[in-house]
Amino acid sequence: MTEKKQTTKTTYQLPIGPIHPALKEPVMFEFEIDGERIIDVDVQLGHVHRAIEWTGMRRNPIQIIYLAERICGICSFVHPFAFVRAVENACEIEVPERADYLRVVHGELERICSHMLWAGVAAHEVGFDSVLFLTWEMREKVLDLTEYLTGNRVTKAILTIGGIRRDITKDHIPKIKETMDYLKNNFEKLRKIYLDDKTFKLRSQDCGILTYEDALKLCAVGPTTRASGVKKDVRVDQAYAAYSDLDIDYITPDVLTGEVNGDVYDRIIVRLLEVKQSIDLIEQAIDKMPAGDLVSEPKIPKLLNYIKKTAGEGIGRDEAPRGEVIHYVKFDGEHEEPYTWKVRASTYNNILPWIPMLKGEQIADIPIVAASTDPCMSCTNRVAVVDKNKKYELDKEQLHQLSVKKTLGLMK
Amino acid sequence: MNNGKKELDAEGLVKYFKDEFKTKINSAEIKKRQTGSKKKEFVNIWMKIDKSIFKDVIKHLCEYQFPHLAVVSCSDLGKTIELIYHFSVNFGVRLNEISLNIAVEIPKSKPEIETICDYVPGALITEREKQEMMGVKIIGIPDTRRLFLPDDFPENVYPWRKDEKGMEKMIRNLHEVKK
Repeated sequence: MTEKKQTTKTTYQLPIGPIHPALKEPVMFEFEIDGERIIDVDVQLGHVHRAIEWTGMRRNPIQIIYLAERICGICSFVHPFAFVRAVENACEIEVPERADYLRVVHGELERICSHMLWAGVAAHEVGFDSVLFLTWEMREKVLDLTEYLTGNRVTKAILTIGGIRRDITKDHIPKIKETMDYLKNNFEKLRKIYLDDKTFKLRSQDCGILTYEDALKLCAVGPTTRASGVKKDVRVDQAYAAYSDLDIDYITPDVLTGEVNGDVYDRIIVRLLEVKQSIDLIEQAIDKMPAGDLVSEPKIPKLLNYIKKTAGEGIGRDEAPRGEVIHYVKFDGEHEEPYTWKVRASTYNNILPWIPMLKGEQIADIPIVAASTDPCMSCTNRVAVVDKNKKYELDKEQLHQLSVKKTLGLMK
Repeated sequence: MNNGKKELDAEGLVKYFKDEFKTKINSAEIKKRQTGSKKKEFVNIWMKIDKSIFKDVIKHLCEYQFPHLAVVSCSDLGKTIELIYHFSVNFGVRLNEISLNIAVEIPKSKPEIETICDYVPGALITEREKQEMMGVKIIGIPDTRRLFLPDDFPENVYPWRKDEKGMEKMIRNLHEVKK
């Protein structure tokens, strides 16, 4: 019975997904594991491919705005924003100045919501659930403000081609000021937990490293690339909406720590500082907002008829909370519906950077490293560990427990 | 990753390519649009190039500066397929970025194009997508598997095609593909 076990070292496969707790939408990872170390990673996509582009090519541009809004629940402003900008560029439709400023306010509100949501998820991944509730309580205030300004918490239906649909009036200002003050007053608490807490540092420093060269070569976008020191932010790089009028700069981790490591900790720094930057941008936009129209062409049939007769192509790029989003549209000048509509969400470019990040890390680090790019994909239920001969499964809870155990182990 | 070259503006960038490839650059258009109260400009370059120089153009671009590839979009134009490579260059300095859109047309009878993964490794995902969605054969791609479509999706059906290889026929006769 007590026969000596064979100790030949072989690597084994560990599939994670398509459903997983670190991800908000389905994606499939296949890991090659040696003991606790990850040797290689393969990513498989497509579990939630809904043929939105195909559907869009059979609808008119106004209908597509609302379809684009449903690409992602968290980025429900930036997707239609990229789309309307692509149409405005393709058909040379002007946007009133006031609408440019209002677009900034809504875009930044969305960024605060998204980064707060991410911060909560990250805390949950390392087993720090009280922080999850703290961040989401703060996020709730921003969602309330979003509802107050647009009428909806998630799908805001605020954009239209050539402008924006609802104004921010004098009556709205006190509530905006109040929420911004609340966020500023509580920001220090968040900063202390995420950046000074020993447990957080132990789990996030020197973990999931993406080098500057890899970030650039693999075309990473958003906080993922900025945390590796690449200065790339569409809001700063390019003049769009009213960002070119406002005071804004790239946020890289060296702003705070003086060095760039490209690890999970750096990604936390970038996102936290961006929350602060967004609060500042909203205040600037509210202060400087000029009076004027909201849309350049309020009559929708007239607008659609104009688009129908215009042949052209254009791209719309903007900075989503997760990074650059780009939409491409082409109109043939005969049909109302676009001839081509191509959507590229930010996570699309942040898939390949996962591979260098995850290589060499431990299984218990998978949730926090995978979550650190803030993937816009989904929620894991179970993981099957396939050994050479036997197959056993780890469910969401067990994998989460592994991660929590590692945190507790580090704290001893 | 500037390769030590001086940063060029939109006109300079077009000249940089025209000097090298002359008439093989079929057309180059600079589009500028203004935004905000201060009317700051952003610049788009739309360049159509000949298929024969495609790989050299990418190489020439990488020699100037390592570009960011946003995505490759493609349209079925009837007899040809148009691929547009949406790059951006000169980022990292405020309001300095230029969107460079390089379009190349390939015949539908021989829908093939070389991979650019050897210059821009981040192009892999978007190239795999073009293979399965448009039926463009990417020569030399390091990973030939499908990306979004499931493995049991019928062969020779390409969702973005507007011809008989598109999805219209398939979705009307789903019983044939047992979906």
